[in-house]
Parts: sequence; C-alpha cells; structure tokens
Amino acid sequence: MIWTNAVIQGLLLGGLYAIFACGLSLMFGVMRLVNLAHGDLGVLGAYFSIILIEHLGGNPLWTFAAVIPVAAILGYLLQRFLLDHALNGGELSPILVTFGLSIIIENLLQQTFGANDQSLDIGALSYQSWKLATNVYVGRLNVIIFVIAVMVIVGLQLFLSKTRAGRALRATADNRRAAALSGIDPKRTRALATAIALATVAVGGLFLAMRTSFAPTSGSADLLFAFEAVIIGGLGNLWGTLVGGLVLGIAQTVGSQINPADGILIGDLVFLAVLAFRPQGLIASRNVAVR
Amino acid sequence: MSLLRLEGVTAYYGHLQALHELSLQVDTGEMLAVIGANGAGKSTMLSLISGELRPREGHVYFEDVDITRTAPHQRVRRGIALVPEGRHLFGTLTVEDNLLCGTASKRTGGWDLDAVYELFPIVKARRKHRAAVLSGGEQQAVAIGRALMSNPSLLLLDEVSLGLAPVVIKDLYDGLRRIAAEGTTLLLVEQNITEALSVANYVICLLEGRVVLEGEPASLSQSAISEAYFGNKVTSRTVTKTKGAS
Repeated sequence: MIWTNAVIQGLLLGGLYAIFACGLSLMFGVMRLVNLAHGDLGVLGAYFSIILIEHLGGNPLWTFAAVIPVAAILGYLLQRFLLDHALNGGELSPILVTFGLSIIIENLLQQTFGANDQSLDIGALSYQSWKLATNVYVGRLNVIIFVIAVMVIVGLQLFLSKTRAGRALRATADNRRAAALSGIDPKRTRALATAIALATVAVGGLFLAMRTSFAPTSGSADLLFAFEAVIIGGLGNLWGTLVGGLVLGIAQTVGSQINPADGILIGDLVFLAVLAFRPQGLIASRNVAVR
Repeated sequence: MSLLRLEGVTAYYGHLQALHELSLQVDTGEMLAVIGANGAGKSTMLSLISGELRPREGHVYFEDVDITRTAPHQRVRRGIALVPEGRHLFGTLTVEDNLLCGTASKRTGGWDLDAVYELFPIVKARRKHRAAVLSGGEQQAVAIGRALMSNPSLLLLDEVSLGLAPVVIKDLYDGLRRIAAEGTTLLLVEQNITEALSVANYVICLLEGRVVLEGEPASLSQSAISEAYFGNKVTSRTVTKTKGAS
C-alpha cells in the first residue's frame, strides 16, 4: 500500500510540474526559444501574491485573479521589448538574455524580500485531506492543484486546436516562414505564446508557494523540473508535457519512498534514461517527426 | 492598370548579385510567366515581391503604394500571396487547418473553403488528413488553396510543377486557368517552359539577374527562348547545362 500511496502522491505532484512546464514547451515550440528565466518568473508570481496579501489581506486564492492577467501582460511586453530583439541576435543571444533575466529576478527578489523561505498561507486547506484507503490520504490542496493543472492543459490544447489564434500558434511552430507568408503576424503570435507561458507559470508558481515553501532562488530548481517534464514527455507536445510531469512526479515520490534523500535523484535518472533510450520523449511529438 | 511595379531593384545573396536593376510591371488581370535557368534570379525576384527580402536599391510598388519595406504578413493583407517553392505546408496541421491559416489576413472575397474544395476536389477528399501525409501534387494543390484563402489580388507561384508528374501538372494548371478566370492576377515562376508558355499571356526570361527576353508567347520563337534561357547558342548546350546545375 505504501507504493500505491507513493504513486498517487507522485501523480498529484506531477500535475504541478506539468503546469510549470507547459509554457516552456509552448515557447520552445513557437519560437525555438529556451527561456531560462521561466522558473524565476513563476516564483516572481508567488512574491507578487505575497505583496498583494500583505497589503490587501484575505486568502491567497483570490490573488490568482490579479496575478494571472498581470503575468500575461508582462509576458506580452517581455516578448515585444526584450525577447524579440534577442531572437534577432542569433542562436546564443536568447539563452544569454534569459539567463541574465533569471539572475536579475533572483537578485531583485533577494534584495527586496531577503533570502528566507516564505510560503502562502491558505489556512486549513493546506492540511485537510481525503482518505482514499487505509494509510492512503490525499491532501485536498494537492488534488485541487492536480485537477486545475489538467484543466489548464486541456484548456490550452482546446485553445490551440479550436481557435484562430491557436491555429496561428500551431502554424508558426510548424513553419515560421509559411506562417508569415500566410498573413500570420509573427510578432503578435510570439507575444501571445509568451503571454500564455507566463500566465501558466504564474499559476504554477502560486500553487508551488501554497504547497511548499519557496525562496528567491527556487526558480532554478523549478526550471530544472520543468525541463525534465518537457523532455520526458516529448518536445513541443502538450499531452507529452502532462505525461512528462506525471512521470517525473511519480519517479520522485517513489524514489523518496525507496530512500527519502534520493527522490530528486531518481527523477533525474528517469529523465536521463528517457534522454538516452527515447530522446524523442514518451509521447513522440508530431512536430519533431515531421520537420 | 499597373498592379505591381518593380523599379530598378538590385538584390544580393551574400556578395553575389542576384538581380541587376530589374524593372517590371504586372497589370491587373495579367498572367505573367517568368522563366529562366537555375540561379537566374527568379526566386529572388519573388522574395522581393513577397517581402522576405528587401532590395539593396530600387522600389517595389503595389497598387501604386511603395511597399519596399513592408513585412510579408502585411503584404498578404494588401493582397499579395505567395505559393512558395517546395510548398511549405504546415505538415502537422490538417489540410483544412492549413487552408484556414490562409484567412489570417481577414481579406474577404470569392475564395473560401467551399470554393477551394470545388476548385481542387482532391483537397476536399483529404481535408481531415495531416498535410505531411499527402502526395506532392495534393500538397501543391493545398498550398495554392491556402494562398487563395487570403483572397489575393496578386498570386505569386514559385515552381508549381517542380517534381510532379505531367498528369498532376496538367490538373494544377487547369486550376490556375480557373483562378485567373475568376479575376486574380497571376505571376508564375517556372523552369517548365512548356507549361508556363501555355497559360501565360506575357513572358519574361531572366538570365543572371537581368531581363534578356520578353513578349507575348506567340511572338517568341523557340530558338530565341532557348538562347535567352541558356545564355548562348543552343549548340553549346552541354556547357550551359553544367553551369545551370551549379
């Protein structure tokens, strides 16, 4: 039963990783840009929530309504005024620029909030749980996070497949040149991708902050897990990212069950094994297969 | 009336000059064919018109507006659509999604899904398939359809017949005739001279970035075309062939 429990807890954790990773996957798909500040931007959202609660009070849950639109607008501006220029500067410059952005965010947060761990206090929800079976309890918050993570990814997938803007994103990811020749505005499409990426990573950042404690430098670890989720699942494929997040979450909790200190290590090993034996990811992306 | 005008455009690929002060005019309702060997500057010329390349000198006018510095997607909004060489479909998207991508410019007119399906029934039959699994001819029909979905006033076509079987080429050219009959102005770049001459009402032959021959197809003799195409007398064809292939 302890193994069942580990798998269930891992599944719930994996939902959080998936929501962290889907924006990374989307940005890479649309503009081949690896955003090294992705995790830090999620943590930035969590600190924004802390500021809001300090000044306005209430349960952190309401801050989603403020953080998500602000993150989306920030993403739009970030793309227009920074990343678009970086993309024109060759292959290396987006990496350097987002790496620099990551350092700036971490240091700014440290200057402003100090290096101490913080967390978002959501009251009783943080310890309430449901009993599934003897010795198998699931935290209510974790279940809520998981359900919302799946809903976000399903919603994003529906947006991509059913709307005009989503079609433009898919077309740009598939063939940038042909997209522009079909009348799709490349700048607007890229800005939309980054807006969505930042909105989703902010949701992830807030959930992470509710679930555990976080610090200004937490973003780097979050980025690593997001990367692992994307690679395990398969690049440029949202379902793959969801599966990748779940596999990583399960690997980490099952690993912790084997040896409490080795959870993250086991996750890394699963990631490396996928990279070695199935580099296209568990759910092979049609994008990669075709191009 | 002049729909498109190139005025003294020069273009380079690296240090290589691809076009030498090229000027040409396309009138509304015309069907202009630009022929020439590999490296003659045909595709470069199309890139200047579609906006993917900017000329080093000279200007591009569309409907008497200077569009020399206009981005490709904005030119689609003005009414210029390119069917690129090699088709460049969105392979991971369905055929229907590929066509719908052509509506991004939000131009209205006679071309919509139904009209494209009627023009190329084979596209309709494959509309739920991913574009990558289609045959070359089907893909070319989709590429033309996608461009048509933007309801262009000028349709540019780069090497429509490249790598396709004669029977497929015939169907595609029948389609082009119908598109022209609907009122769209066509500019096609071809290495397949026979097909190009059969549909065009005006032909321009490029050689090393310059116009070396132009006129109505009927007025041009076979030998004049061969000479303009290869750059010297037909008797030395072996030499020009290797030159063209480089």
